[in-house]
Amino acid sequence: MEAQPIISIQHLSKTFYTKTSEVHALQDINLDILPGQIYGIIGMSGAGKSTLVRCMNFLEKPTGGTVLFDGVDLGAMNAQALNEARRSMGMIFQQFNLLMQRTALQNICFPLEIAGVKKEAAVARAKELLEIVDLADKANAYPSQLSGGQKQRIAIARALATSPKVLLCDEATSALDPKTTRSILTLLRDINRRLGITVIIITHEMSVIEEICTHVAIIADSKIAESGTVQDIFTHPQTAAAQRLVFHRAGNVEQSVGNNALRIVFNGNASSEPVIAGMVLEFKSPVNIMYADTRDIDGKAFGQMVLQMPEDAAIAEKMKYYLTTHGLTVEEVQYNV
Amino acid sequence: MFDTTTWLMLGEGLIDTLYMTLFSTAMAYLLGLPMGLLLVITEKDSILPLPAFNTALSVIINLMRSIPFLIFLVWVMPITRAIVGTTIGSTATVVPLVLAAAPFIARMVESSIKEVDPGVIEAAQSMGATRAQIVWKVLLPEAMPSLIVGATISVTTILGYSAMAGFVGGGGLGDIAIRFGYYRYDDEIMLITVIILVLVVQILQEIGMRIANTSDRRKN
Ligand SMILES: Nc1ncnc2c1ncn2[C@@H]1O[C@H](COP(=O)(O)OP(=O)(O)OP(=O)(O)O)[C@@H](O)[C@H]1O
Ligand SMILES: [Mg+2]
Repeated sequence: MEAQPIISIQHLSKTFYTKTSEVHALQDINLDILPGQIYGIIGMSGAGKSTLVRCMNFLEKPTGGTVLFDGVDLGAMNAQALNEARRSMGMIFQQFNLLMQRTALQNICFPLEIAGVKKEAAVARAKELLEIVDLADKANAYPSQLSGGQKQRIAIARALATSPKVLLCDEATSALDPKTTRSILTLLRDINRRLGITVIIITHEMSVIEEICTHVAIIADSKIAESGTVQDIFTHPQTAAAQRLVFHRAGNVEQSVGNNALRIVFNGNASSEPVIAGMVLEFKSPVNIMYADTRDIDGKAFGQMVLQMPEDAAIAEKMKYYLTTHGLTVEEVQYNV
Repeated sequence: MFDTTTWLMLGEGLIDTLYMTLFSTAMAYLLGLPMGLLLVITEKDSILPLPAFNTALSVIINLMRSIPFLIFLVWVMPITRAIVGTTIGSTATVVPLVLAAAPFIARMVESSIKEVDPGVIEAAQSMGATRAQIVWKVLLPEAMPSLIVGATISVTTILGYSAMAGFVGGGGLGDIAIRFGYYRYDDEIMLITVIILVLVVQILQEIGMRIANTSDRRKN
């Protein structure tokens, strides 16, 4: 039996009416997020990502369509029921949004206070959460005394206080450096695995999606351009918007890429250098690496590369075959990005 | 310099002034704090959007603020008589002081509450906080250091107003300065009352800023 989506979005639209104009921030969005997934939503600035995630807990009221949380229509709830539902959905933000006049511990107690939990129970739970986010020693620090990464950890602990089923993250790592970003992402994955919490991640960085997401939806011009498993989208982006994102760090490649360029995707099945080196040696014909963005993790490569293939079509064809037989996904580059 | 009677009179004047100032400030906050809070939360994108009410409240506050205090003093005399039974003395001065200070305080409170990061309010909403919880647990505590700075400015301003009330028999140091210093050309009394007022302002200011600074957790 197919699991019931924890969040199901149907024909959602959101239009902002300003004095002078209408902004269609979201149009006919359909999305099912299943329990346990780490669902990434990626798109360019202004695509409507924040609006979409804010519609998931009704911080923003949609102008059309429905949002079902655990099978129940948020739009049909009264204020009290909505507040109850929100306690089952934690949220974290780019700017952390901690209460500046409260200590870390008091910040984590805040959602419990609001929910009417007794003080001692709240403090006990908050201490438990400080352990989970690895900041037990910062219980009495004020946010102004914490680094960005530490603030986000406290914000995560606070969002988890009421034992939510879903954690919504709006650009949670965008204000952090790469190393801190990675540690926060690792924490989110841990939380997903250990506590079984569904995580929804809004980002404009493909690397965040690659790092931890199981599924991804690409949002462009207020619509979902493409959605599916990260594996599928990453290896076979169908739409221009998806290709642009998967490929975007190769931003200036397209002008220089000739007709016979190949994009190679590494999915951890081989180490990058030996394959390319081996191919060059085998065919005694050089290739030009136009663009590479790969990472070796435990001797396995993840990422992508764009190769300018030799003029000789026969050799190029053989090389392509060589790469495919070495377990790589290979595509002709024909992006009109 | 002065005889005992004069010192006693000055002492009494000081107590009267402090009483008028502090009591008026407290009463003015009772009116001004909710008004300032309402000014913020009834704005278009805030937690209790009531645009028409917001505009009306804002206009009323501006009207009240544009009336010069001396005119206010005379105008509200009938109200004062109705409430206090007299229009002379310290207690009678409290009424115009409160009515004149409340709209000023409302604006001070408004600007303090507006300093609270909208992101924090949004975070509270995402946790299922009610409006009342947002007011009591987010807006007021987060704005507290700034509210205390505002209260310090308000209390010293009200002290100045209370001295002005001396012109219409309001009691306190202002009254002494007018009666002796101004009408009887007693420069010494004039000078000493001014010195006492300056000291009081200094002390109130210092205490207020200390409390504000030590309570602010954004600094460390
Ligand atoms: N309150 C609002 N009033 C009017 N327009 C709005 C409002 N909020 C968002 N918009 C508009 O809706 C569109 C989508 O905004 P949104 O914040 O969802 O984008 P985003 O994808 O999160 O972008 P970013 O990556 O920059 O955060 C933008 O064109 C934005 O200007
Ligand atoms: Mg955004």
